[in-house]
Amino acid sequence: MTTPTTIERRTFLQQLAASGLVLTIGAGGVRRLDAMEASPDGALAEAFEPSVFVRVGEDGLVTVICHRSEMGQGIRTSMVMVIADELEADWATVRLEQAIGDPKYGDQNTDGSSSIRGTNYTRYRQAGATARRMLEAAAAAEWNVPAAEVTGSNGMVVHARSNRRVAYGKLVARARTLPVPKEVPLKQPSQFRFIGKQVPSLDLQAMLTGTAVFGQDARMPGMRIAVIQRPPVYGATVAKVDATEALKVKGVVKVVEVPGAPIPSAFLPLGGVAVLATSTWAAMEGRRKLAITWSASPNDGYDSVSYRQALEAAVRAEGNIVRDLGDAPAALDSATKKVELEYYVPHLAHAPMEPPAAVASVTGDRCEAWTCTQDPQAARDTIAAFLKLPKENVEVHVTLLGGAFGRKSKPDYACEAAWLSRETGTPVKVVWTREDDIQNGYPHTVSMQRIEATLDATGGITSWRHRIAAPPIASVFAPGQEYHSNDELDLGVLDMPYAIPNVRVEVGRAPAHSRIGWYRAVSNVPQAFAICSFMDELAHAAGKDPLEFLLSSLGPDRVLDMTRTGARKPVGNYGATWEEHPNDVARHRRVLQAVAREAGWGRKLPAGEGLGIAVHRSFLTYVASVVHVRVDAKGAVTIPRVDIAMDCGFAVNPDRVRAQCEGAVVMSLSNAMTSELSYRDGRAVQSNYHDYQVLRMNAAPRETRVHLVDAGGPMGGVGEPGVPPVAPALTNAIFAATGKRIRTLPIGDQLARA
Amino acid sequence: MRLTINGTPRTYDGDPNQPLLWFLRDDLQLTGTKFGCGIAACGACTVHVDGSAMMACVTPMAALEGKSVTTIEGLSAAGDHPVQKAWAGANVPQCGYCQSGQMMAAAALLRQKPTPTDADIDGAMAMNICRCGTYARIREAIKAAAAMPASSTGGR
Repeated sequence: MTTPTTIERRTFLQQLAASGLVLTIGAGGVRRLDAMEASPDGALAEAFEPSVFVRVGEDGLVTVICHRSEMGQGIRTSMVMVIADELEADWATVRLEQAIGDPKYGDQNTDGSSSIRGTNYTRYRQAGATARRMLEAAAAAEWNVPAAEVTGSNGMVVHARSNRRVAYGKLVARARTLPVPKEVPLKQPSQFRFIGKQVPSLDLQAMLTGTAVFGQDARMPGMRIAVIQRPPVYGATVAKVDATEALKVKGVVKVVEVPGAPIPSAFLPLGGVAVLATSTWAAMEGRRKLAITWSASPNDGYDSVSYRQALEAAVRAEGNIVRDLGDAPAALDSATKKVELEYYVPHLAHAPMEPPAAVASVTGDRCEAWTCTQDPQAARDTIAAFLKLPKENVEVHVTLLGGAFGRKSKPDYACEAAWLSRETGTPVKVVWTREDDIQNGYPHTVSMQRIEATLDATGGITSWRHRIAAPPIASVFAPGQEYHSNDELDLGVLDMPYAIPNVRVEVGRAPAHSRIGWYRAVSNVPQAFAICSFMDELAHAAGKDPLEFLLSSLGPDRVLDMTRTGARKPVGNYGATWEEHPNDVARHRRVLQAVAREAGWGRKLPAGEGLGIAVHRSFLTYVASVVHVRVDAKGAVTIPRVDIAMDCGFAVNPDRVRAQCEGAVVMSLSNAMTSELSYRDGRAVQSNYHDYQVLRMNAAPRETRVHLVDAGGPMGGVGEPGVPPVAPALTNAIFAATGKRIRTLPIGDQLARA
Repeated sequence: MRLTINGTPRTYDGDPNQPLLWFLRDDLQLTGTKFGCGIAACGACTVHVDGSAMMACVTPMAALEGKSVTTIEGLSAAGDHPVQKAWAGANVPQCGYCQSGQMMAAAALLRQKPTPTDADIDGAMAMNICRCGTYARIREAIKAAAAMPASSTGGR
């Protein structure tokens, strides 16, 4: 199996060189391809490649192939840690190669906090361990000793009895000829050298010196730079364009109309008018001078103020029942103590620091693209579909991603570059500006939720009805999708852990008027905001301490029976089975107790300050947060401290798990405090960071304390689950500090007005 | 017109309105300076002009006659400016995209205020957005850089 791979790789390099592309991206940043080919790199000529994830060269270099995209979560380093550990590689000889989009790697979509959890961790370990066993077998054969007597250790195979050792590189020729074992034993955790330890990020030095290559930095010789004016309203098309003035801008070489896909446009481009130029500035200047008349669109009337009213009406009437446990309506009607409240969370824009970008070159029926994508296979398939090319003729390379948060799972921008390259006969780089990113992205859903519940005399929740109206992600893929889907309700609503005998969940009609996309933690964001806020309201209605109320509402430690929730369809579990990843009340309780203890829950605070608490499970991981807030007389909010406790099971790269929690705190607080994407006359109102506001240093918590809680439970995701509980912990803290409830996000100036 | 970029004399005869950002990125291929917003709202393009932090995305080339520009690529010869060392020590970057601008802003702050207070840090760094949310580590790294020998914070 190794010979064809070697040939494939040579051919691939030749094709790459022939295409004129000069960049390759490795752990050390960018190198010229020709220099790489000229180097005495045995890995390229005669390599041992027992899996798609690892290759050992005759020069002893170990190359780990990372098939997931790096967007700040540290997967490139974490994957190397796992494979190098099981391989017993010498860390100094390990380097990293970013995989192109290819189904041979399995799922490459870097979303759902799934790059380590689930089967991937085992796949990486098996890849490393398999290579090690084969190198050991090669050494044993060389020395004619039993394989059980030799051990791979730090880049060498050692035969202790005869005190012989041989470097991995010297074994490559023989190892290559051996059969690949199906399944091999893995290390005991006590034997780990890198897994679970602190290792410097492999991209760190490149990032610190400005040499790391992101999508916006990729280039091809002779490329034109394109900036596209896309329809301001979803579904509009170009009716008329006058490019006279644009073409007068020095450096502008061409103005081209780009076809767009009709609604629902899925991953395909929105269309518009592209200005191609010899520099980015000229392209941007040219675009400013375009005169475009747009066609009417069915979404011309989209208005966030009236849409909110429509959503309110939807949740104030009975909707489609998706979960019905016991008899919630009867209980709601008969109870004496009832609480009913509504929660609004607006559209959110991903606004990653790097706006989308892609460079592509189409020659004949072949396409090669370099782009900051979370999903190079989707990019490949979508380009192939849009340009009607065979999939196997489309090669998508992945740069570093300057943030992504779900936006870069959608490869419309790569399609634009490919289409323009074919249209113009040159390589083309499409640069999205910040305005493009905010106004023409895939905004997170907008939602209205109404929760009603009843309490018994002891403060137990006796019934609960949760109504949700929010345009679903499915609306971007298929017509007629107007109700929040089960896939979205699985994210916190259908899997809610509280012990309540009567539960009903209903969805109301919410037709989409923009593209809708998934955003870090997806529907957990609004749903956790509503549920965790409402639990705090109930605690106060019951006259109980919020922590105590959450713990008592969880009920006794147990694994929840997810087949008996009353849900009309099976409840999803982030792609995992409930058997392997149960909904475990004890893990909810442990993170709550841990965060309460560490944050000093219950401590006395001065007037105007308060603590708020929330807990939420998502992506198979359990997170609780306590926010300490200070609200001054004018309603200005500062956050002295946030505590966040995460149980994701064993942490492969604890420093990056902590970093993800720290970052999730900031993103969740942005969601809560400042961020809102709204629409008027069908158009996004906000356009850049001055009006689509995110948290800055001065508003960020002065202190964030991360507490990792591992009690041996199965591994969960890390990138997203930190986000959902922090926003409601903040608004609960604001209530504790001021007595004022926030039920509409963002907080904005609500406290100043109140 | 003439200017100096990372110690190297350069001439420029293009559009005087073109922002420095695109001269750096497109013409000189110094892509460490990032495009984030184009309106001086995010700080990803922060460079030093005659030692002061400036946003390259709104600084027209016409304003740079005779000026000396330092980018992240020129902050130190070997990637060992105290800010870079402190950033490594705290493992600050997540996606890394904003960090060139963050480090340039921090280096300019430390030159003006070698031992900045938290309020100084808030004031100087509030122009620089990090969407990954690395602010806590940035603060920690600035303090660590400030604690390094004063002679090494000079930069170019």
